[in-house]
Amino acid sequence: MKRHVLSMREFSKEEIDSVLDLAQSVEPLARGKKSSILAGKILALLFFEPSTRTRMSFETAMKRLGGSVINLGPAEGSSISKGESLADTVRVIGGYADALVIRHPKEGSARLASQFSPVPVLNAGDGAGHHPTQTLLDLYTIRKESRLENLHIALVGDLKYGRTVHSLAYALSLYGADITLVSPPALRMPDPIKSDLSSKGTIVRETSDLGEVIDNVDVLYMTRIQRERFPDPVEYQKVASSYRITPESLANSRENLIIMHPLPRVDEISPSVDDTAHARYFQQSFYGVPVRMALLKMLMGGDQVG
Amino acid sequence: MAELAVKTDKNNDETDRIKEEPRGLRVKPITNGTVIDHIAGGQALNVLKILGISGTTGATVSVVMNVESKKLGKKDIVKVEDRELREEELNKIALIAPAASINIIRNCKVIEKRPVDLPDEIVGVVRCQNPNCISNTHEPIKSRMLVKGKNPVVLRCLYCEQPLTERIAEYLI
Repeated sequence: MKRHVLSMREFSKEEIDSVLDLAQSVEPLARGKKSSILAGKILALLFFEPSTRTRMSFETAMKRLGGSVINLGPAEGSSISKGESLADTVRVIGGYADALVIRHPKEGSARLASQFSPVPVLNAGDGAGHHPTQTLLDLYTIRKESRLENLHIALVGDLKYGRTVHSLAYALSLYGADITLVSPPALRMPDPIKSDLSSKGTIVRETSDLGEVIDNVDVLYMTRIQRERFPDPVEYQKVASSYRITPESLANSRENLIIMHPLPRVDEISPSVDDTAHARYFQQSFYGVPVRMALLKMLMGGDQVG
Repeated sequence: MAELAVKTDKNNDETDRIKEEPRGLRVKPITNGTVIDHIAGGQALNVLKILGISGTTGATVSVVMNVESKKLGKKDIVKVEDRELREEELNKIALIAPAASINIIRNCKVIEKRPVDLPDEIVGVVRCQNPNCISNTHEPIKSRMLVKGKNPVVLRCLYCEQPLTERIAEYLI
């Protein structure tokens, strides 16, 4: 049984399937059916940098399972500002709770936490490193709303810095997906990640033209292109507008195309797309709850995975 | 420049080995201790750094740098007297000197001769090159590098998973 959830690289395809199956079985509870599976258990949320949806979705997941949550609170007033190490913080709070969720600006922080914590650690984002629960909820969304096998997906936007797309691409390679990378040349996926995907037999194509692929994919996975990546604001505007999805740009897309986005979005998806049959990003966001419930149940409730 | 120790495979006596040197002794043979031969030219001081041997450790240490070598072009040699270095200590030098060979000397005889073999994990020797890695902060941990390839050497930080393949000597702690 898994003791921690730190990186997608530690999940086999079978283990991912087990988590997704478990998420499916707890989804009615995520929608409000009463449960006391984790009654009496406490989850500690250690967010060392701001987060809204990940923190609230973990909190919701724990409460839907009948457990309770303690929060680190603003870092300014806490022991962190007094210079306490993460190792000590984790040892102390691990003594109060049954599991820890950690988000921290430094890469590798969740793994360090797992070495010192007496209880399971879930990585909710470590700098530019991993965010495995996001990847699992993305996979759950694809499995529910499209299909995981024989999938053709386009990953669009900032593929250089976006940690979400790196681990999603890795996980999809386990399912033999056909992946098209769509990004401006300056924000292409780093070569080591691409060669890792190709070495697993994944078909990886690369283009900077979204129009080239939009009509031929099952899933469009959009990400935000951050303004600060471009020193020239004119260049940013040009790039941002060429990666914007509108109902018109979807005119010839596949009927069963779904559009995903880890949110928050800025201009990548026009709000008028929300009402089309393709939009899935709000469902995707909701699916974070059953997926995180599955993981919490697995780590604290004794469910075997894999 | 003449090469030292040209017939090491046939002669296991340190004194005999030095006799092979045509232009006389560069460094005298040692009676007891460890001779690290076939270090890539210019890397001897980094080898000492990895082994934690400095001027304050008290050991008598001889260093020969950039002598000609048929095998390597230029090579360095390090001799540490009266100290038989342990295998796990020595294997770490394969990080920067993968062709190095180790000779343990007792009473002027080579009693053991073997190549270095990089272990699967290197702890506390090389720091991660990622400035935003948690291992480069004040946390109470040592750097941990997983060895993903031996020739060429490919390391991966256990914490942030960033690979380190080039200029490894620059990241020695």
